[in-house]
Amino acid sequence: MDVYSFLIQLLNSVQYGLLLFLVASGLTLIFGIMGIINLAHGSFYMIGAYMAFSLASLTGSLFVAIVLGTVLSVVLGVVLEWALFSHLYKRDHLQQVLLTYGLILVFEELRSIIVGNDVHGVNVPDILNWSLPLTDTLSYPVYRLFMSAVCVVLAALLYVLIRRTRLGMMIRAGASNREMVQSLGLNINLVYRLVFALGVALAAFAGMIAAPVSSVYPGMGTQVLIICFVVVVIGGIGSIWGALVAALLIGLADTFGKVLIPEAAGVTVYVLMAAILLWRPEGLFRRV
Amino acid sequence: MSDAVLRTQGLSRRFGGLMAASNVAIELQRGKLHALLGPNGAGKTTLINLLSGELRASSGSISYKGDDITRCSADRRSRIGIGRSYQKTNIFPAFTAFENCRLAAQSRTPRVLHIFADAIGYQPVCDAARRALEAAGLDGRAGQIASALSHGEQRQLEIAMVLATAPDVLLLDEPLAGMGAEEVGRMVALLQKLTPGHAILLVEHDMDAVFAVADVITVMVDGQVLESGPPAQIRSSAAVRQAYLGDGVDA
Amino acid sequence: MSRKRISFAVALALLALFPFAGATFYTELVTKVMILAIFAMSLDLLVGYTGLVSFGHAAFFGIGAYTLGLVAPKYDAANLWLTLPAAMLAAGLAALVVGIFVVRAKGIYFIMVTLAFAQMFYFVFHDTKFGGGSDGISMNFKPVASIGGFTPFDLASATHLYYFVFAAMLLVFVFLRVLLRSAFGRALQGIRSNEHRMRSLGFPVYLYKLASFTLAGALAGLAGYLSAMQFGFVNPEIISWHESGNVLLMLILGGLGSLYGGVIGAFAFVALQELYQSVTTHWQLLLGATIILLVMFLPGGLASIGGLFKRTLVGDADDE
Repeated sequence: MDVYSFLIQLLNSVQYGLLLFLVASGLTLIFGIMGIINLAHGSFYMIGAYMAFSLASLTGSLFVAIVLGTVLSVVLGVVLEWALFSHLYKRDHLQQVLLTYGLILVFEELRSIIVGNDVHGVNVPDILNWSLPLTDTLSYPVYRLFMSAVCVVLAALLYVLIRRTRLGMMIRAGASNREMVQSLGLNINLVYRLVFALGVALAAFAGMIAAPVSSVYPGMGTQVLIICFVVVVIGGIGSIWGALVAALLIGLADTFGKVLIPEAAGVTVYVLMAAILLWRPEGLFRRV
Repeated sequence: MSDAVLRTQGLSRRFGGLMAASNVAIELQRGKLHALLGPNGAGKTTLINLLSGELRASSGSISYKGDDITRCSADRRSRIGIGRSYQKTNIFPAFTAFENCRLAAQSRTPRVLHIFADAIGYQPVCDAARRALEAAGLDGRAGQIASALSHGEQRQLEIAMVLATAPDVLLLDEPLAGMGAEEVGRMVALLQKLTPGHAILLVEHDMDAVFAVADVITVMVDGQVLESGPPAQIRSSAAVRQAYLGDGVDA
Repeated sequence: MSRKRISFAVALALLALFPFAGATFYTELVTKVMILAIFAMSLDLLVGYTGLVSFGHAAFFGIGAYTLGLVAPKYDAANLWLTLPAAMLAAGLAALVVGIFVVRAKGIYFIMVTLAFAQMFYFVFHDTKFGGGSDGISMNFKPVASIGGFTPFDLASATHLYYFVFAAMLLVFVFLRVLLRSAFGRALQGIRSNEHRMRSLGFPVYLYKLASFTLAGALAGLAGYLSAMQFGFVNPEIISWHESGNVLLMLILGGLGSLYGGVIGAFAFVALQELYQSVTTHWQLLLGATIILLVMFLPGGLASIGGLFKRTLVGDADDE
């Protein structure tokens, strides 16, 4: 592999890793604040992608679709939290797992009924539809660079949220403790609703910007969910920083794994996970 | 002849910037009751957790019957004879009082491979459980579901469970918490009966009880040992009095 | 005789006589349900009695099934008495290895890790040629139950298969019942009730959990083997996390913590599935909605409705 091919794969790894981080951060955020495991998190990613497809077809612009879609996903998040998830805080893990599993089935079938089961492509917006030349023959799509850039910006915003706000302080403390939240002078129901909506929006947004690259297909929700779980397993539960490191590691392992050992494509990530679990049974950045 | 069963040297535990326990040297001897006093936050529970193995020491060492156990896990320490009871009742709420103790006693003879034998039929373990319940004064309540016991009875069950494991060392974390006068009297009598056969560390706030049973008292403040010695010495110590100033305690 | 015992006896009798009443289709359907009941009971050992919620149990079901697929000769029938233990051994071994990695994890983390490992197995069977890839393996013959020339029954017959599975289910039920009353079984329940105290009392909790995980895996492998035997083929979809989710659903349908729960749940689940599938192709929507409603309003499962099958507590006053 020469330098430029390596560079391309590296850029792909980073882009994939950052996207994963976006989705995984939503998952780990919801868990860190509310103590809820949400299997349907992957479905939000899928919903985001399908929204991008539908809205882009309608409005003719992916950017408009993304803005609209983000607003819609926040609304979805608020409604879901109010209707279902707010009742889960006191329930045990098995019930949370089952209810969110049922939710996956519902989302998948609703999508099947409303939009069908076809695979769809989404066009890259014209502004970003060119490539950066690297050599005479190789070039790198600017849209992918754009994706990575957006993810980095969002990651930075998340960093500010976590390090500089009271809400972030709670997240870092891993507080799923209602009294503590209230003593900080915050309305707990509102906080939970907002955090949940944020988590949903992150996943959906990731699905939206990924749509032109990964296309829009039925299994994308479950696929991303499982990988997200591996991200959180490797990174340690409740750690946003761990999610970032783990997501990038997975991006590298998966991308280079597919190039170097094509037969073992899907398994590389799990081998990585198993190796890390042997060394650190509770993830890389497990809280003390 | 003083035989130290459990001894610590330079035992410390830090949480980030906070030294919850600092350079603690303490000794438990067979046949002696060693009481641990101190205001809230002094590090008493931290020390018990370090001794029981539920907390890893940041530095220092713990030796038991001459062997270094600083790196031993909590379950291993229990198996070699260090028993611990909890300040916050830590029982099996859905099981009967008897089953609580039977399970505790079973830890000594696990009989893991006897998968076809109903555990109730194994007499030695059941007898040990019954003896423990009796010692703790719960023999009349053996068939009661633990969550249905009164608070005082649950505290008794808490002790019965650790007794059922036939330990050499007893680490008792506020066994009298929330008990009425009569129950306290019963517990003090139990402690006096247990002392000759065990090495006991007692963390308590009830001063009368402590001075009635303790052979040695160690006072901790802010994670460090302030003073250690016989009850008379502690009672007349000015340093100790100052540490407790404002706690409304008549030392 | 208690109400519980009577209903149990009646249900047993009904099951025993069932093949004489219905058509072959229904005999085969109930056979499938009983296999799922074994699967559910194996998970109940883990979830209901040890307190470990695994979302990857289908992996061991799959390994048991694939063992038959891989070991069965192409042009001859496999021997039941050799291949069945082999399947359980393979599944148990896999569970032991996975267990070593995952059993130290707690709570939600454990759920995620078990799901991840099950996915790993799924990808191994789906992406590699080892197990026939996404097509799986077809078996041309049902295993033969002969020892030294003598064949007591013919597994190609739906009725014989039914009774064989029925006997297996009863054996598993009785085995688990006895196990749970033993010292080991009681320790598992202690771990579920208060793991912290169990450790403090001197129990090596990690080893107990590992043993439970391994045993549950071996029993799941038994169910998988029987399933492969019944259907004559295996493919990676039996390891999909939908299967892991469905078996958890069976437990919550039937109610946790009483072994009957697994059996009831298996029947309830298949009944629901058949019902919904006959109504619409989008039956998963109905199933999903049912699950949501169930968790929201009836978390104790169907068993909690009648009050008929109470949670059996060790040391309970009427613990029989």
